[in-house]
Amino acid sequence: MSRKILLSRGIRGVAVLVAGAVLASCKIPSFGAFHGNTVQGNSTYHLWQGFFIASIFVGGITFLLLGYALIRFRRHGDAIPKQVHGNTKLEVFYTVIPVLIVAVLFVFTVRVENKVDAVSRNPNLRVDVTAFQWGWKFYYPSYRVATITQGVDAYPTLELPVGETATFQLVSNDVVHGFYLPQFDFSRYALPGVTNYFDFTPQHTASFVGRCSQLCGLYHAEMLFYVHVVTPAQFASWIDTHQKAR
Amino acid sequence: MTSVLSDEKTTSNVEAQRPPGGFYRWITSVDHKVIGKNYMYTALTFMFIAGAMALLIRTQLFNPNGHVVGQQTYNELFTIHGSIMLYLFAGPFAFGGFANYIVPLQIGAPDMAFPRLNNLSYWLFLTGGTTMLLGFFTASGAAAFGWVAYAPLSSNPYSPGPGPDLWIVSIALVGFSGIFTGVNLVTTIFYLRAPGLTMFRMPLFTWSMLVTGILILVAFPVLTAALVMLYADRHFGAHFFSVQGGGVPVMWQNLFWFFGHPEVYILALPFFGIISEVVPVFAKKPIFGYRGMVFATLAIAGLSTGVWAHHMFTTGTVLLPFFSALSLLIAVPTGIKVFTWIATIWGGQIRFSVPMLFAMGFIPAFVMGGITGVMLASPPIDFYTHDTYFVVAHFHQVLIATTIFAGFAGIYYWYPKITGRMLRERVGRWNFWVTYLGFWVTFMPQYLLGLRGMPRRIAVYSATDGFTFLNRVSTVGAYVMAIGMALFLVNVVWSWRRPVAAEANPWDGATLEWATSSPPPAHNFHSLPPIRSARPVWDVNHPEHADAAPVIAGGDESAD
Amino acid sequence: MRTESRIYLGVGSFFLLILIVYFLWSKESTGSVLLLASAGLGILPGLYMGWWSRRMKPRLEDAEVVEPRDISGIVGTFPENTIFPFTLGIGAWLTGLAFVFGGWFAVIGMGFVISAAFAATIESKRSSLAEAANRRGAED
Ligand code: HEM
Ligand SMILES: [Cu+2]
Ligand SMILES: [Cu+2]
Repeated sequence: MSRKILLSRGIRGVAVLVAGAVLASCKIPSFGAFHGNTVQGNSTYHLWQGFFIASIFVGGITFLLLGYALIRFRRHGDAIPKQVHGNTKLEVFYTVIPVLIVAVLFVFTVRVENKVDAVSRNPNLRVDVTAFQWGWKFYYPSYRVATITQGVDAYPTLELPVGETATFQLVSNDVVHGFYLPQFDFSRYALPGVTNYFDFTPQHTASFVGRCSQLCGLYHAEMLFYVHVVTPAQFASWIDTHQKAR
Repeated sequence: MTSVLSDEKTTSNVEAQRPPGGFYRWITSVDHKVIGKNYMYTALTFMFIAGAMALLIRTQLFNPNGHVVGQQTYNELFTIHGSIMLYLFAGPFAFGGFANYIVPLQIGAPDMAFPRLNNLSYWLFLTGGTTMLLGFFTASGAAAFGWVAYAPLSSNPYSPGPGPDLWIVSIALVGFSGIFTGVNLVTTIFYLRAPGLTMFRMPLFTWSMLVTGILILVAFPVLTAALVMLYADRHFGAHFFSVQGGGVPVMWQNLFWFFGHPEVYILALPFFGIISEVVPVFAKKPIFGYRGMVFATLAIAGLSTGVWAHHMFTTGTVLLPFFSALSLLIAVPTGIKVFTWIATIWGGQIRFSVPMLFAMGFIPAFVMGGITGVMLASPPIDFYTHDTYFVVAHFHQVLIATTIFAGFAGIYYWYPKITGRMLRERVGRWNFWVTYLGFWVTFMPQYLLGLRGMPRRIAVYSATDGFTFLNRVSTVGAYVMAIGMALFLVNVVWSWRRPVAAEANPWDGATLEWATSSPPPAHNFHSLPPIRSARPVWDVNHPEHADAAPVIAGGDESAD
Repeated sequence: MRTESRIYLGVGSFFLLILIVYFLWSKESTGSVLLLASAGLGILPGLYMGWWSRRMKPRLEDAEVVEPRDISGIVGTFPENTIFPFTLGIGAWLTGLAFVFGGWFAVIGMGFVISAAFAATIESKRSSLAEAANRRGAED
């Protein structure tokens, strides 16, 4: 069989596999990641899956070639093997293919990036987040409700209505912090002197722990907050109780 | 007789009227071999110290709410662990140790271009390194802001005391040491090559060191400048990085990573170079695509100054597509290198001596780290994984693949040359396999921990986080790795107590360092073989398979 | 020298290329300034070496074919033992520590630095005389 035929068969095989994977996209495993419980985070999650599959191919081929060579070409005597100094065609091949792969990865990256970074012009909700050593303040300007860290073990709650787009404004009072919501597949620095904006549109009700991801001093490990994604009705009553408590 | 340099004629040692002995000799020697060895011993000592800190860190994380050490101590530990590993071990080990010792030999030079400067570099490195450790003995402890020292946390109101200042002075001294070594390396490679050793006949290790030298000169001054600004902020009331005074905190990150990303390649390129030496020798073949390798190395150098902000994707202040594109692109020359190594062993006669074992272990470990690097180069994925254990696993895999696996490939490969003694194969194998097993067990769970939401640099987590099991696996792996590393010390002690003499060329090496005795004499060479290809020693030992057409001794050489 | 110069020029021009794209796209100043400095760091030595390479005799290092007689003789003078880098290093260290522990360290440190600089100058003067003598000797 000639090299060309082998090659074209290989390419066809890969194409079939990729197509299969895409068709079965709902059944692609999570590869350890959270599904990204927001519209934005979920597209990150799908990008992750794509990258992971591409990695399996590239890594797999590399490991197979290496493993094969290591077994096949272990020393069999004292003969000096043929002194091959290179092969321009092959070298061009293994330069061009990676360029094509990363080009594809880049295209998908930019598409998802734009989605994740988009800030809505008329959000349903606005939340102002302030990070400080060592806690968080979540302020809902339209309701004048705030929750805030009150000493160790008194973590604040970030309450969000499911299905509604919330625009976040993020600042820091002192050093750099990382506003990190693992289940939303997202984090963003709270930088002194910089105001960051981003959107979340939560997809399912859930509750989980959010954290500070960027080292910010002594109690960095304990800068936690609770995230509750609730139904709009529950959210309204939560706001209500907090307004009354004020 | 071809091309013999008589001993007297090689160099004139006018200053060595009375060679002094012992301690004084060690301090005053400007021989690149003595300095190179000092660098290696010192860097490896730092590595074992930082390794011990790593074990403490992992022990703390074995249990939820661990209290092996307090939070302040924990922050100091990972800061100094990272700082030692990156500033005092990986770099100096490569360009102070290996490069210093091997580059002059590989290019047939008697010494480095500036031997006295070389000696000064070493003292700056030793004193600078010691200074970092001094922080632990001050009342308020060592620096505790991570090896990246993000301002304004590293600035005065948030990190007072002498510990951080010691850290700054330490890095500044070590930085100058690095700059001097960079100058020395580039000059040596440009001006002291043996006759006939054209640039495109240089061994790939020497090429790597040249490019590393250039990158040092680009990157280190930026770090030094940033440190000066930080110090001024801390003590002279400057406001480079404080908002209150009209400064820009994120500028620190720009400056730091403009140094920091080239730095990670400064740490990686020398070790790629080692692999490019070891792989052909143990496959008994020349490197596949020499020029491609050289251009890949240069491409990495070029690209690596254009990707710094991939460490800052989540700041919300950087041009995402630009940095993402260049970061993805840098995977291409890196990939070329991997494919080249595989193509080099293809069709060879592979001998699995210990250096080759480490080199072959390096490849999968590095590929794994490289692949996750590509994932991190995609901003959305980075938003999710930034500052989590996913990143911790990424950079430990690439760094340990390079500095430990490729580094040990280099140690086992050149140890006979450097000491005149062989290391034991059997202990060496155990050294490799135990360390290697520990490596995978330590770091694979950390990827998962990162994806499950564990941030980096946290001293405690809670039992309800679901992090406990994976952390325990990782800690066990770390101890296995430590045992593996201890076996290296066993091997060294063994070879020292019961020496087995090494020949001049025990591995059938192809480059000039194997043309002189083990260890080499003062000023390295009594005679040089004719240099007509990138593998002069191979040409002499295997005339029937030589890269260059054989030359009849005394014949008319200009005819060809 | 031509290859050496091209390496620097190549790397430097690449930095320049990155700079142009980056600056036009982002208008961000810190990175642009750093890229500009890097481009200069690559291009200037590159030009210098290129200029020099056209003016100097071809070097043996760059010769594809070398005669045996080309590779014998004196390579250069290399010092063997000297205490001054050590003294200088200690001086620099103590001066560095002054930034942490106060000016006294700088006084002692600069003492070391200055005396090392003096002594090293005298030493190298003496050795260059000796080298000249040696060279005369080697030529016989
Ligand atoms: C295939 C090429 C590589 C790519 C695309 C890549 C990409 C990245 C990215 C995007 C980050 C930032 C992650 C984050 O903080 O969120 C990162 C971190 C890091 N990488 Fe790589 N990397 C590559 C190879 C290497 C190599 C060869 C080394 C060193 C030997 C290295 C060492 C590091 C280190 C030390 C960090 C973490 C720095 C810190 O935040 O403390 N990487 N890498
Ligand atoms: Cu924090
Ligand atoms: Cu980087």
